[in-house]
Amino acid sequence: MSVTAAEEFIAPGPGLFELPPIVWEITKPMVLLTLSAVIVIGVMHLASRQAAVVPGRLQFAGEQAYDFVRNSIARDNIGADHYMKFVPYLFGLFMFIIINNYYGIVPLLQFPTFSRIGYIIPMALVSWLVFIGAGMWRHGALGYFKHATVPSGVPPWILVLLVPLEFLSNIVVRPFTLTLRLFGNMFAGHLLLALFATGGAYLLTSGNVLYAATGVLAFVMGVLVGFLEIIVMFLQAYVFTLLSAMYIGEAIAEDH
Amino acid sequence: MDGNLNLIGLGLSAIGPGVAIGLIFAALISGIARQPEAANVLFGRAILGFVLAEALFIITLAIAFVL
Repeated sequence: MSVTAAEEFIAPGPGLFELPPIVWEITKPMVLLTLSAVIVIGVMHLASRQAAVVPGRLQFAGEQAYDFVRNSIARDNIGADHYMKFVPYLFGLFMFIIINNYYGIVPLLQFPTFSRIGYIIPMALVSWLVFIGAGMWRHGALGYFKHATVPSGVPPWILVLLVPLEFLSNIVVRPFTLTLRLFGNMFAGHLLLALFATGGAYLLTSGNVLYAATGVLAFVMGVLVGFLEIIVMFLQAYVFTLLSAMYIGEAIAEDH
Repeated sequence: MDGNLNLIGLGLSAIGPGVAIGLIFAALISGIARQPEAANVLFGRAILGFVLAEALFIITLAIAFVL
């Protein structure tokens, strides 16, 4: 990226995410997604291969991650009776999202896979099917719809208004918000980092000393935003998994 | 530098969730100050509230680029 001072600065926009195919129809996010599956399966296999009583470093790290998902996400939100059925799915989801998010700050890869919305939609749909399936397994199909849309203890005349609203908020909107939250965070974060990097480079090479000083400031801000992104990337993986667990827990809860 | 009304709306839409997230974490901090042993439970609830408040802005962000 060499920018001469005569050029006008073109801010990075949504076009930044339109990557050309590497070979044939295969694009960078596809490769990264496949790589993430390999990384998750490989690292977890290595971490659990020994299964020593006194764990080594890798096994300890794997157990920490597993404990976090199992106890503070699954058990606290699904309840102690049925949570183990969903731990494999939730743990896989968590590891998968966190690896794909952290691609955004790994040098040379530097592209969070989930800043392309098409990769998130199937994942959100799977979560949606899992919690609806869990509810149907617990309550039966009609029983689940009653459980999810008919709040208990309200007078019948207000149900006319409440049932469509509950149906909309509990069943229709959830996959959309799951998708858009992860997509928006990754998209905005990557755009912000690219903006600080290209803007800083443009200012540095503009040939004006004061502009160059501002460019250094822009790079410093970019580094700080990078640290913020580290937090956000973890948080989004946590939140996606947490909300999946909460939806499952709500679906299989007993009627009050 | 060019833009359109979408971006003004985007900036305006950041106000509401910003205030909301501030309130949520203010409540979290005072809650932890009152009862430090409840920190883990409170933190999970606070993150949930944070995420629901943030979703409003994120949806606006997506729509601002799409429209």
